[in-house]
This record gives sequence, C-alpha cells and structure tokens, in this order.
Amino acid sequence: MTSDGRIWKCGDDVNTDLIIPGRYLDNYDPSHLASHAMEGIDADFSKRVSPGDVIVAGRNFGCGSSREQAVTALRSCGVRAVVAESFARIFYRNSITLGLLVYESKEARCVFEDGDEAVIDAANNFLSSADGSKKAILMPIPPRLKEVLDCGGLLPYLKNGMQQPPRNPE
Amino acid sequence: MSGRTLSEKILARTSGVGDVKAGEVVEACPDILMSHENTFLVAKAFSQIGVDRPWAPEKIVVVLDHRAPANTCQTATVHASIRDTVRKMGISRFYDVGEGICHQILMERKLVRPGQLVVGADSHTTTAGAVGAFGCGIGATEMAGVWATGRIWLKVPETIRITISGHLEKAVFTKDVALYIASRLGPSGADYKCIEFDGIFLLDVSISGRMVLCNMAAEMGAKAAIAPADSTFGAWSPECTVLPGDACRSDSDASFCQTMELTAEDVPPMVSGPHQVELGRSVEEFEGIDVDQAFIGSCTNGRLEDLIAASWVLKGNKVATTCRLLVAPASRAILRDALDMGVIQTIHKAGGVILPPGCGPCLGAHEGVLGPGEVCVSSSNRNFRGRMGSEDAEIYLASPATVAASAVEGKIADPRRWLKIDL
Repeated sequence: MTSDGRIWKCGDDVNTDLIIPGRYLDNYDPSHLASHAMEGIDADFSKRVSPGDVIVAGRNFGCGSSREQAVTALRSCGVRAVVAESFARIFYRNSITLGLLVYESKEARCVFEDGDEAVIDAANNFLSSADGSKKAILMPIPPRLKEVLDCGGLLPYLKNGMQQPPRNPE
Repeated sequence: MSGRTLSEKILARTSGVGDVKAGEVVEACPDILMSHENTFLVAKAFSQIGVDRPWAPEKIVVVLDHRAPANTCQTATVHASIRDTVRKMGISRFYDVGEGICHQILMERKLVRPGQLVVGADSHTTTAGAVGAFGCGIGATEMAGVWATGRIWLKVPETIRITISGHLEKAVFTKDVALYIASRLGPSGADYKCIEFDGIFLLDVSISGRMVLCNMAAEMGAKAAIAPADSTFGAWSPECTVLPGDACRSDSDASFCQTMELTAEDVPPMVSGPHQVELGRSVEEFEGIDVDQAFIGSCTNGRLEDLIAASWVLKGNKVATTCRLLVAPASRAILRDALDMGVIQTIHKAGGVILPPGCGPCLGAHEGVLGPGEVCVSSSNRNFRGRMGSEDAEIYLASPATVAASAVEGKIADPRRWLKIDL
C-alpha cells in the first residue's frame, strides 16, 4: 500500500502559539504561515514536512487562541490530517471550516511511532501503517460536519447552497 | 421535565425552539457578532460566499485592539482595509485604534445584555458571561458564515457548576481564584462545556471581577462561562429597566455534569507557569525568581480596579532598576478614569510605562516583546512558550497586585508584603 505520508507525533495540550506564534500573524499569506508551522515544537518542521503527512497527538490539540491561521499553517505546509485523542473546540471547528481532516482516536498515539509511514482509510475510519502491521480506529466525523468537509470547507459549502436568512427567533 | 441550565435556555431562545437539552445541536441566531483585526480575514472569506451585505450589520461589532496602533506596514494595511469594510458594509459599531480591547468594549458600551448569545472571533469571548450572556469563541471564516446567514450551529454544552463560598483574604483577587480553579480543572477540564459560577462569594464580586473569572475559563477549554445576572448587574447597569428573571438563571433542578465547590479563604495569591496556565501554585513557591518585565493589562486584568490595586502597591515605591513595568489600560474610558483618580500618575511616578489602551504585549506582537532568556510576570491569561516573543522566554501569570509587587522587588514577590490596605 502506498502511504499518504509520515507521522509526526506530539504530546498533550499543543497550543496555537506553538502551532503558529502570534508574532507571525500580521502577515496573512498562507505560504508565510506555512513556513512557521509548528515552530514552537520543532523549528525545522516546515522544511521537513511533506504533503500528505499526518500529525498524531494527545489530548486537547489546538488549545488557546481562536486564530484559524493555526489550521491554515498546517494545511498550507501539506499536513493532510490531525489525529488526536481530543481537540480544543475552536481548533476543531476551524479545521472543519477550512477543510483540514481532524479525527479523534483514543489509540493512535499508542499504536504509532514518530516517522511511521501511514495511510488514512477515510471510508472505513482507520489509520494504518503502510505495511499494514499497525492500525488505529478513528472516530467517524459527524455527518453534518463531514458534509462541510466533503465540500472542501465552509465557504464552498455555503456557496453551494446559500441558506435562507433565519426567521426571527423572538 | 427536569429543569434547564442557563446555557440551555439561552440556546433554546436564540434557536427559536421551545426547549433544548445538553448534547443537542441547534442552529442559533446570535445577538452579537464580534471580531477584531481578524475582521480582515472575515471580510475576505465573506466576499467569497456570494452575498453582498451581512445579514444584520447592526449586530456586528468590530474593534481594532490586537496590534493597535499598527506595529508594521502590513498591519496598517489591514487596519485600513477593515475601515473600508465597515464603511461599505454599514457596520456602525466600529471601534478604532485606542478605544480598547474588544471584550471590554462589549461590556462598558453596554452592547451585551443578560441572556444574549455572543459569538466572537476570539477565544476570550467567554468574558461576556460576566453579565449573564453566553459568549463563545469561533474562527474568522466561520464568522464570515454568520455574517452571511445570521446563523451558527452549536452543540448545547453540558454545564460545570462552580460554587464559591466565603470571602477573599487580603491581597487576593479574582485572578487568583481563576488560577486556582485552572490548577484544579486543568487545560482541558472544561473542554466543550459551559462553566457556571455560583455561590455567596459572587455577591462580593464586581462585574470586572466576574469578567476575570469568565475570561480565564477559556484557559480550561470552556465553550462559555456564565455568572448569572443579579443585583450586582442591576447596580452596574441601572439603565437596564427589565430585571433579569428566570430566563437568566439556571433552574434549581437543572442538571450539571460536574460540580466543584471551593472556599475563597483557601485561595492564596497565585502564580502560574511557565509554560501552562494550570501550573498555578501559591506565590511563596515562586518568590525570588528574577523578573525582567512586568505587565499589567489585557482582557483579563486591565480594568480600573486592577490599576487601582497596582497603584496601592506602587504608591511611594519605585520599580526595581533591573525590571520594566508596562501598563496597558483595557480601554480609553478606563485610562480616563484612572487619570482622574490619580492612579496613572502613581504608576508613572513609580517608574511604570503607560501603553495605549489595547491588548499590549499579551500576544507577542508589539509593545514589549520578550527576548531570549527573559522572564515576564504578567496579569494576562496565557503563559504558553513563545506567546510574548522568544521561545526561550518565560511567562508567569499573576494578579495585578502580585505583578506590581514583583516589579518593585525585581523578582516574583508576595503582594501581602506590599498591600496592607483592604481594597
């Protein structure tokens, strides 16, 4: 099986200042953000990461700021998916909104090592190693969010079927 | 039917359905849509959706606070673009450079009321809970979706009720209570949940103090945090003629996913870090650590009572020659009041540097960026590695009084030595 990419492992509570520090946020260019992705954890991450790579993390990935540039930085440097034991809520929402695959998995961090070659089986919700020897169950993405992801994010989703303005709840 | 929490009531009303329970997903119609410099991203995303004007421009609040005044040419261009956007979109609630921090503006301009739903493109939107509103952080592109449709999907959260009894000891503040709670709940202890504050202690706590508690709930992962509106709110907002009733508090038989009880007397002056907010312990355990920079300000602790507490410590004293003290009032109105009361003069005389109203150095963009190896004690909300500048700097979080005492000693210091007067 051809792998999607390699696995980058990190721990619990990876915050948005580690993913993209605030001092880089005055420039909104995705390639600029990509060049500083995960700088707080690994200064060379953006040079070493390849398209299709997968981050496997512990609890509360993406905690801290609401900055969606954290998602933009990861997407733009090629990260295909983040698989974490749990996510901070705003990072999770931003990922769906901007079309980055995010999966909860209780076991992925125990099953995989940093540098493993891996494949995401999105149809069956598995993360597997390229040689098939390792496998972790991914929690399915809830259907209404999957719909947004399948469109490529919130903007194409809204563009496709611009919803009618809501009734006044009062 | 069992009772409902305040979150359930607010989300039922704003989604136009009679009743919702924790765990359900609703399409809610927020009362306030707030964003700051990231309005640039909101507007860019909005332009791609295919509608000309926001659904309800009168609900939108835009505040320039994070890099204000502009720190770079790029920021200046972003600010100019936002001014253009608010003009074209008919957004009248626009607050330019120097007016203050978005969360502070929402409160002091009385833009948010009890029982309302606020979505903000900033994680500390939880601060709106200080007046009994449900304030929830989202990203900029998602905000563009709310501009366009007037709606947002939200999962109705479970609620953690934190009941606080008693009164604070001398030189202990709501910031210490917040750091104490964070040390017990941890950085994900309230992930996806609402925190509701309750208990006799709240009667002592001003709207400013409630803002501290609700603001810091974001550091525990909370989706929202609420201190229900009561007589303190009534006194703070006399023009609000409709007193909040049952719609603005949880029912007595509402169900909570977790309860926590604490006694205010048990909370010492706290210091937290580095590099995680939940690493808070009593100040005594950190005393003596050399400090290069002390910062008082931010959406957490840049209000008048914070500056007053600092001025009590600083009166007649000088900031240590090895330390710099930076003070950023959270708004223009706070700066004016602090000037009228002589508080700014006291801080200035002691050697403090007064920064313009806004976020200041909290997010590491300007006005006091830390260099490698530097140590900062800060009244802000995050001590993450690299947050205020260099990856090799260290940030310790504390109350404004502890920060001021540390500035005077040039090392992390116990405010009880310097603050002899009851505030």
